[in-house]
Amino acid sequence: MSLAYSHSRRVLGGLAALALVATACTSSVATPTLVPATPTAAPTAAPTTAPSVAASPTAPDEATYCGTAPVVLNAYFETGFDLPFKLSDEFTKEFPNVTWKISQDQFTNLTNETPRLLASDTPPDLIRLPTMSSLVKDNLLMNLDKYVTAFGWDKWPASLLLQNRVSSTGVRGSGSLYAAGLNYSMTGVFYNKKLAAQIGMTTPPTTVADFEALLAKAKAAGLQPIMQWNASASGGGLAFPLQNLMAAYGPTGPINDWIFDVKGATIDTPANLTAAQHLQQWVTAGYFPSDVNSIEYADSNSRFVKGTGVFTFNGDWENADYDKNAPGNVGFFAFPSATAGGIHGAMSAPLTYGIAAKAKNADCAAFFLNWVATNTTARQIDVTVGGSNPGGPSDLPVPTSAAGSVTNDTLSQGALVTKDSGGMDFIANSTGSIFAQGWTPELQKMVGGKEDAASLLKDVQAEYAKELSQ
Amino acid sequence: MSAADRSMTETILAGSDAQTDRQRRARRTFRFRKVRRETLLGWLFVVPALAIYLAFVILPLAITVQYSLYRWDGFNTPVWVGPDNYVNVFTDPDLLNTIFNAFKLIFFFSLIPVTLGLVVASIIRRTATGGLGNVSRTVLFLPQVIPLVAAGIVWKVVLSLTGVANGFLSVIGLDSITRAWLGDFDWALVAVGLIGTWVLLGLCTLLLLTGMTKIDPALYESARIDGAGAVREFLAITLPSLKQEIAVCVTVTVIAALRSFDIVYVATGGGPGLSTMVPGLDIYLLAFQARAVGVASALAVVLIVLILVLIIPIQWLSRENGE
Repeated sequence: MSLAYSHSRRVLGGLAALALVATACTSSVATPTLVPATPTAAPTAAPTTAPSVAASPTAPDEATYCGTAPVVLNAYFETGFDLPFKLSDEFTKEFPNVTWKISQDQFTNLTNETPRLLASDTPPDLIRLPTMSSLVKDNLLMNLDKYVTAFGWDKWPASLLLQNRVSSTGVRGSGSLYAAGLNYSMTGVFYNKKLAAQIGMTTPPTTVADFEALLAKAKAAGLQPIMQWNASASGGGLAFPLQNLMAAYGPTGPINDWIFDVKGATIDTPANLTAAQHLQQWVTAGYFPSDVNSIEYADSNSRFVKGTGVFTFNGDWENADYDKNAPGNVGFFAFPSATAGGIHGAMSAPLTYGIAAKAKNADCAAFFLNWVATNTTARQIDVTVGGSNPGGPSDLPVPTSAAGSVTNDTLSQGALVTKDSGGMDFIANSTGSIFAQGWTPELQKMVGGKEDAASLLKDVQAEYAKELSQ
Repeated sequence: MSAADRSMTETILAGSDAQTDRQRRARRTFRFRKVRRETLLGWLFVVPALAIYLAFVILPLAITVQYSLYRWDGFNTPVWVGPDNYVNVFTDPDLLNTIFNAFKLIFFFSLIPVTLGLVVASIIRRTATGGLGNVSRTVLFLPQVIPLVAAGIVWKVVLSLTGVANGFLSVIGLDSITRAWLGDFDWALVAVGLIGTWVLLGLCTLLLLTGMTKIDPALYESARIDGAGAVREFLAITLPSLKQEIAVCVTVTVIAALRSFDIVYVATGGGPGLSTMVPGLDIYLLAFQARAVGVASALAVVLIVLILVLIIPIQWLSRENGE
């Protein structure tokens, strides 16, 4: 009886997960918080000359890596996201000897299956990856260091590769490279242009105090100052403003150390306490919706698009949705620092793809990853379809999107963050379940008045220590 | 009768005796063979089901118990930790809290549906015969037919800040108590519990109503002649006659409460905080998200034992009283 039930529960759980994901996908949600690796370190939008890299004399030769005979790349993509499919189509168009055998699955299922897929007899040449420390520890992922030198990735902004490096002790952030990003997302504050004008915002705020003044004005004007999600089903979205505040009041280095599980790292620091206290003030001042604890990601987004909420904290994976459903009315700025002229911090992570250690066409897959970052058409697809910065060499121009689109805002603000080296991974990604078991319930408690800023950090740190010891 | 005749008769008799004996022996052998063949045939019928039961119930149960003694992330080599995971289950306040929540749900999943089911069933039996009875039965049973995931999503909308539930409360002048029910620390578990009540009330009503049709109508007639009212009738005739059905209802609903997963997963995901976290959901999260398969298995084993500890006495009591 009990076992039959535990079996059916699992099946039902799967169905429920599917239903949730399906709901999420209707508004092309990246469920960024659940995703242990989407966006980062937004690369630089620097220079102006636009050499077509595919035609550039230094571009690596396709035949060297993919050969001239027909090659079938075995790939695992994430269901619901067009970008890798569009890129693979374009790649085949350019290099007809390479075709694709693409399998796809929801991210959560992929996460559970990745170790088995990588260890199988037909390991993927290219696969969308969740957090990868354990995969590296188990020798399931190919070390990409040889490609770093062969393709000149070492000349890219270092922050692009940082999150995909894993040290010999299993700590992320340094050591050999084990994955590459198809693009690099950018997070910050989206705003409703009409409502922002209504409260007198003419330029983005330059300090946290400026931003808080805007929130107070919005509240006084009877508007919903911030639209955000914080229900368990999609995870605590208040982690977004919290981490932005952390980066405003302290350096990003220690936050990244904590996310990368560097020994001895703690989230319970004086700077983070200040940040959490600000967030608590926002909660008590009524800047978030009163039912934020039951608002899910898709719900929050649709409310913002429909005009409830002056601001929302989110990432550029929503650009396409905003441009489609509220064209011309959504703007974006990177979260300001505590003091004018201070650094801009932002969560941002690569859309991570790796190569199996036993992959049959590793060279060709690596060539594809390099092509995505350097080819003019591929970079344009990255921006148009993916809405995010394609990364790559800093001397390549970042493609632009349609005039007035929010994508142009996120790309230009991303350049600010890169200039300040303010990129961070997500605090939701430090351990497998720190988000579900730590941040989400503790942030909900803070909203419910069951906990203050100090115990929020203390409890999350305790959960972190517990999970790392398990 | 001549001596020869007599001797012949004796011979015949003796012969017949011998014959009967042989026949009897043959018959016994035949019967024995038949029994053996029947047994064999019986096993043949049982074996497929038994094999499936062993493979999909007993074996996973044994493996779960085995996992619960290891620390394992689902992929690397498991490390033997003995009873540590069980110590963890009984000392971690978060894990204990999930078990307490499951017990609180028994009130909503079991007590209310069974009690209310009895009342509704007797009302339907007494007043709603024919078409009306069919309609009410169908309406009440409908939640059993709707997939729980779909029901959970609809309930989430109904119980949201701008949902129908709050709209109704505002209309009747209770605007002050409206809230996001599934996002409220004090009310989320109650709200989830009431979804469970909605799901299980129909099942209990239908089971109890079926039980009532078995009761001899003459009993009610004589009770009425003796001047018994509806309440007396219910207490003296209906209730005692329904012991078996009530036991089934209680068993099914208590199990549903303790192992609840889908409603909670869809409606609240265990939140806010951990105020609606139940063992079923926590086992799933621990095993597949935290990759703490050992602790998850230990919690599963504890849950199985708890369910058995509650269910076996109910079964035992109902059987004893029934006989």
